[in-house]
This record gives sequence, C-alpha cells and structure tokens, in this order.
Amino acid sequence: MGKQVPIVDYLAIEDGPPHLVAWESVDSGALYFDRRNADANQGGTEFKRRKLATTGKVRSFTIVHRTVPGVPAPYVSALVDLDGGGSVKGNLQNIPPDPEHVKLGMPVHMTTFVAGTDDDGTEAIAFAFEPSEA
Amino acid sequence: MSKDTGDNVWILGTYMTKFGRHTDKDLIDLASESAMGALNDGGVTIHDMGVLAAGSLFNSQAGVGQQLQKQIGQTGIPVYNVANACATGATALRTVLLTIKAGEADMGLAVGVEQMGKGGLLGAGGKGDRGRKVYEPSGRYGSVMSVEGLLGTGLMPGVFAQAGMEYAYENGGVDFEQFAKVAEKNHAHSTLNPLAHYQKQFSLEEVMDAEMMSYPNTLLMCCPNTDGSAAVVLVSEEKLRTLSKEQQQRAIKVSASVLTSDPWTERAQVQPDVNTLTRNAATQAYEQSGVDPQDLDLVELHDCFATAELIHYDNLQLCAPGEAGKFIDERGPWRDGKIPVNVSGGLISKGHPIGATGLANVYEVSTHLRGEAGDRQIEGAKVGLTHVIGLGSACAVHVLEKAGV
Repeated sequence: MGKQVPIVDYLAIEDGPPHLVAWESVDSGALYFDRRNADANQGGTEFKRRKLATTGKVRSFTIVHRTVPGVPAPYVSALVDLDGGGSVKGNLQNIPPDPEHVKLGMPVHMTTFVAGTDDDGTEAIAFAFEPSEA
Repeated sequence: MSKDTGDNVWILGTYMTKFGRHTDKDLIDLASESAMGALNDGGVTIHDMGVLAAGSLFNSQAGVGQQLQKQIGQTGIPVYNVANACATGATALRTVLLTIKAGEADMGLAVGVEQMGKGGLLGAGGKGDRGRKVYEPSGRYGSVMSVEGLLGTGLMPGVFAQAGMEYAYENGGVDFEQFAKVAEKNHAHSTLNPLAHYQKQFSLEEVMDAEMMSYPNTLLMCCPNTDGSAAVVLVSEEKLRTLSKEQQQRAIKVSASVLTSDPWTERAQVQPDVNTLTRNAATQAYEQSGVDPQDLDLVELHDCFATAELIHYDNLQLCAPGEAGKFIDERGPWRDGKIPVNVSGGLISKGHPIGATGLANVYEVSTHLRGEAGDRQIEGAKVGLTHVIGLGSACAVHVLEKAGV
C-alpha cells in the first residue's frame, strides 16, 4: 500500500481508528476545525487538541442533484451533531439518496474512504457517515 | 407609530432597472440608469448629492462609484465602493445614511449593480487541478484537494437546503410541499411585476416536479442569476423640510436601519447560521422603529431559496416561533394574506443581482408606501420591512414608513 494522507488536517488517520480532532479553546471550550488565531467566542489564544466521537445524529441534510463537474450525484450532504460535542459536515453513504430513506435525527457513525490518488501514488483519505442501527 | 428622534433620514427618490439578462449593456449602463432614475424620481440632480456609495460584489475592486461619476457627473464628493456579500446594496444604503446622520452631507445617493450573466452555481470555490497532482495540505483546514461533494456541499442551493432542513429538525418538521409553496407564491406574485426577471406562474405541482437541485430545493425554488441595478436617494429631515410639498409628500421615512454580523455560535463553524444574525437585526429594527412585526403591511425578505424564505418568517417574527410551515399553509405571506411577503416576486422570480438586491427591495417597499405600485399595489400600505442576508455573514434590516415630515 502506498502512502496515505488525510483530505483535511482535522481527520486523524494514524492515531488509532480514524476520528476527527478539533481545536478546543481552553477558556471557552469552543471547538474549531480550522487553524486559529484566537477563539471567536471569548478571545482566548490557548487551544488544546480534542478527539471527537465517531458517532452522532443527523441534524440536517440535503440531497445534491446538480453539482460541479467531477462530483458524482445524487449524493447526501449531512450536518452531524457528534455525540459528546462538535458538529461536522460530511457525506452520508450506504443509504439510498432519497428523502424516504434519509431522516432527520437518524443515528450515524463515521467511516473513511479513498477520495483520490495523486501522481506519486499517495491516497487522500476522506471521512463520511453511514447509518447506524438505531 | 415610530419613535421620533428628530434626526430621521428619508428616502427622496428610488429606481430599479428591469431585472433580467442585459447582454447589450455593461455594468455602468445599468448603474447610470438607476442612479439617474432615482435622482429624477427625487426631483434632484447629482450636483445636490454630498456622498455616493456604490455596491457591486463581483466588481468590488473596479471603482464602480467613480466609473459611474465619470458617466453621470463628477462633482468631487466622497465615494465609497462597498462590498458586503448579498447585503452589499443595503450596506451602500447604510453608508449614505450614516454619512447623513454624521452631518457630513444632507443628501446622498446609494447605487447597487451586478451583472451575473449565466453564473452557474455559486459557492463552489476550492482548488483547481493544474499540472502534476501532488497532495499537499494547504489553507486553514490543511486540505489536499477540493472537498466539494466529498465532505458535503458548500454550493448555495445545498447550504440553504440544509438551513431549511435544520429548521424542520428543530421545529417538529416542515415538509417538501411547504417549502415548495413559498416558490409557488413568489412566482404568482411576480406576474404583477413588470420589472421582474421572470413573470410566469407555476402550480405547486410544477414547482415540486421541476428539476431537483438540492433537496428540497427544486430549480423553481432557487433564485436565478440576474443582471440589474437599483438606487436610492436619501435626505436628512432638516433638508427635506426645505424641499417642495410634493417631494415631502412622496418621501418615505427610514424608521430603522440595522446591520449585523454573526455572533459566535458553535454549529456555524460548519454550516452558516443565517438565523441568529437575522433575529438580532429584526429585534433591533423593531426596537429602533417602535414598529411591531404584526403592524407590517408588507415585507421584502431574502428568498435566495424557498427554504430560506420559510425560515425567515420565523426569524423576522412574522409568525409564532416554530410556525413558519403553518404560516405558509394558511397563506399568511400571500399578497392577500396576513403579512404580504415578496409581492415583487422575490429573488426567486424577480432575480438576485447581488449588489442591487438590497436596494431593489427598498425600491419595492417605498413604491407601495407611496401608493405607486400599480397592479401589484398593497392597498393602504403604511409600513414595510426589507431584509437581506449575505453569507459570511452580513444581515441588513430596514423599516420604512409613510409619514408626514
């Protein structure tokens, strides 16, 4: 197997089972996925890394039919509230992309997939969510 | 009705161009038409203006204000070129209003203009694949490729679909049909507005059966890319008193002018929160104007997508909390309903030339308050509200009133 890199730096793929990791403001507890200058909530500049849960609930979703070239459609984009804190956006996989199957509030868990391979043979690993047994 | 602070700012003139595809005109043709139209409507000239603010999001570095001056009148006044997402036009209006309030000018012109062409889907951004492909983390998320479609969607129809579905989740369900009813209404309203990009009525079934863009938004529930311009002339109360009787009688009072941005909310880190800043703007606007939402005779709100309009019924307090679905079911926002919303046809039918939108809705409400809206006139309209929101985010709310100076 060639080298693998995460599609974004808030996806940890080498520290045990894949999971998301956030910057947590030491002062306010606010969570962020992006590189920070300061906490937009209370203004503190001290952060620590926090590992987030791989399970959660679908807070909202849309089923994307028309999209940009190169993106297979239809697919489900979902906002997921992770158990124990943190909200994230990702695709919902292993479920028919229609409103009869995708339900608000449905429990989901994180999974990973290969999003692409570069010219050096390095694979980009992305995360998605799939339905959990209720 | 409203508090009299003594230093009110009034709308003296308004104008909007026909919205649509103007392939035979350039940006400055459109801006010139609306600027001269608003000046003429107010019975004044560019030489009476003490300040000019020009809003154009996609041409924010082009000096649109100065280019406009070079066509319609170079008088040496301060010019502000404004860009503030979909609140660009409204921000231009506020720039002029604040200048008048600060006493630096007694009259000013706000112009908004955009040529969207066939812009396609907005919001994709991301990284292009050029040359040899080697994954290198970049940007604040350390991404190695464009994440659109891989980590959910950031395209506008999807972002606003998710906003609508989030409302559904939090309020015990709003269904596809209720969202579609919003577009059915706005398309019906547009048939009375000759300035709208599209003036075609569609049945609820046609709206629901149209091409699905991003569930629950079908093509007929999304605003089109539109070219157009709108302009407003503002005047201080003191100056207005020196103008003619007719100018005074047609002047519309700006009873509230509010601009907000996002306060910090945790979930907005991944999905824009279009609600909190709108709620904050509405609360401030009602407080500033002393107007109760139930007293509004008409509202022009930011229906970039049908899902957006529905949640703003709640955000702007047009309905009871959580009852936006019920409000549309009961035809509350139809032109013969409890609070007519988007009688112009809204962004969905009238179109959304981004820089012009926030001034076009001021044109619409003012025209009704003056009793000059022709076939689409809301009879006896005395007070109205305009609302725009641009992602990032910026929200502007204005309360306008027919009043004696």
